[in-house]
Amino acid sequence: MSSTTATAAPPALMTLAPDNWKLAILVGLAVSVIAAITFPASVSFWIVGAMAALVAAAFVVNAFRRKYYGGLLVAPAIAVLFVMNIFPLLWSLGLSFFAYQSNNQSIRFVGLNNYIKALTNDLAAEANWNALVNTAMFVVFTVAAQMVVGFLLALLFAKQFPLRKYLLILVLTPMMLSVVASGVFFTYYYDPTFGILSYIMGNITGEQFILMDNKLGAVAGIVFADAWMWSPFVMLLVLAGLVSVPKYLYEAAAIDRVSGWRQFWTITFPYIRGLLMLALLFRTIEAFKLADLVILLTKGGNDTMTISYHLIRIANEQNKTSEGAAISYLMLFMVIVLTNLYLYLANRRSHGA
Amino acid sequence: MSSSASFMERLGFRKASGVGEAGWGRTLFVAVIAFIYFIPVLFIIFTAIKPQNLALSVPPTLSPTSFFGLIPDQYVFSPTLENFGSVFSRSMTTGGAPEDTGFDRYFFNSIFISSVSVGLALIIGTLAAFGFSRYPLKGNDTYLFIILTTRMLPAIVVIIPIILMFRTVGLSGSYIGIILLYTAFNLAFTIWMMKSFFDELSLDVEDAARIDGSSEVKVFFKICLPQVVAGLAATFVFGLILTWNEFLFALLLSGADTRTVPVAMNQAVSSGGRGTDWTLLAAIETLFLIPVFLVTFFLQNHLLRGVTFGTVKR
Repeated sequence: MSSTTATAAPPALMTLAPDNWKLAILVGLAVSVIAAITFPASVSFWIVGAMAALVAAAFVVNAFRRKYYGGLLVAPAIAVLFVMNIFPLLWSLGLSFFAYQSNNQSIRFVGLNNYIKALTNDLAAEANWNALVNTAMFVVFTVAAQMVVGFLLALLFAKQFPLRKYLLILVLTPMMLSVVASGVFFTYYYDPTFGILSYIMGNITGEQFILMDNKLGAVAGIVFADAWMWSPFVMLLVLAGLVSVPKYLYEAAAIDRVSGWRQFWTITFPYIRGLLMLALLFRTIEAFKLADLVILLTKGGNDTMTISYHLIRIANEQNKTSEGAAISYLMLFMVIVLTNLYLYLANRRSHGA
Repeated sequence: MSSSASFMERLGFRKASGVGEAGWGRTLFVAVIAFIYFIPVLFIIFTAIKPQNLALSVPPTLSPTSFFGLIPDQYVFSPTLENFGSVFSRSMTTGGAPEDTGFDRYFFNSIFISSVSVGLALIIGTLAAFGFSRYPLKGNDTYLFIILTTRMLPAIVVIIPIILMFRTVGLSGSYIGIILLYTAFNLAFTIWMMKSFFDELSLDVEDAARIDGSSEVKVFFKICLPQVVAGLAATFVFGLILTWNEFLFALLLSGADTRTVPVAMNQAVSSGGRGTDWTLLAAIETLFLIPVFLVTFFLQNHLLRGVTFGTVKR
């Protein structure tokens, strides 16, 4: 204890001081354990919460007395993220080693069985694998479409012209729609009997046009709707890059009679590459979560089941909570590996250039 | 020249940026494309003022006016405002008296939950961002990466334990639960965005103020915060758009009293086994779009600058 001499002397372990966070942790832990044993979960949660608040208060006073502003400022954010993200994650990690269904009281330790089932069971593993392949397909198609459309839209708005502000908000609106409404309306646009698409196609070809009755059409329909909604996001990022290119670079290029194509690759592209990478990262993460549009448009039919929707079915509709948790963890592992790989490659490229 | 420069500055651009000028020709060209892009939204808005019996007509009715004979009569319908009334009050059973649908409550819930949680995330996140930017902790980058990781997680990964946690402690269906969840949902994004804004500020002014004896609190509120108003606005808009339309958490975690509009909309249009009530859905969505549209429109100037996450250096 004496070896940790800070600038201002920390309180001794047993002194009752408002900044004695070590004592607060000890008391908090003891009270929490006792509460968890003696009271039902709904009561003990609040006692544990109060103890956490006590420890936090001690930390705050301690940090304030020692001018430890960094910790002080960051603490509330870390606390909220811990309660709402990190703690639930640890909970579900634990749960994935048990056999537990949310509509059933019994809980039984099964070790790695949920993971083994998710990976090797004939039926379950095949469904998981299939959903994963479909998700990868959606990620590639939706992200590619969004990047291209968003990029082209950004090029349109990269100059100052009259009424620009009003036209820009028109293009941004799809992003603001609730996916419930826009998704349901896309079922109308695609509807074989009443839909606008079928009406137009029917007038051209003379036969009834059904978009969603095969996998190709169903995928195209979902990709189109998703790309339409989220291309504006890519557009905003790219546009922010385009407007930040210093004007004198273009003026210098004009004097040197550099061709438009070369101007783009040597001047514009370096400025927007970081933002393109960021847009790619954000949209890929989002596309991995694709579920709502699939639920609304196909309900997973025509082989369009995604891993996210598959998880919703298992965990929420079939109440197989711990099995869902195991699949979540396999998925989480994959997302983190992919993200790190991506960030590593992106960093290496930007350092190399 | 000077007037156009100030106009561009009002739109959030710096003077020396690469934004060239273009004339009305560009306006016309962009207007056509923006209009085509906007058509699905326009169709929803027009459906909101369509008589209910024409919602599924073949051929589809497209417009409330013929635009001076531009659109053939068979595609034109006569507009009505009835649908907006039936959002808030309509007969639930055939021939029954009109009942209160509770949508005033759901609109209040959406506005209340979104604004409180986005505001809370903005306050907590801005403080944390300032901390990360000015008083780096040991392992600062690790903390930041963990925070970003929470943003990378698919919602479905955290939702199972959150449902269990909320059920256990009685938070499911309460305002506190959903607001806390949305606050956490917005935090990572807020911290990263605001940190990049604080990183861009010049330290000279702050240091001068410190030498003159200003307290850290005063430095933050009087010097740093006024310089990042644009970032605050942009972060608010992005958080609002995401929270406003969030469906999955709201569906699984909100109760009858705390239901938000996306969930209520989903139930209202598909209840009773009569199939989708298209005009009702369109009317709800049109009303639901207005607040977030207005906020985005008025804060749009800041969006372009805020969206860069500081990756674009000045």
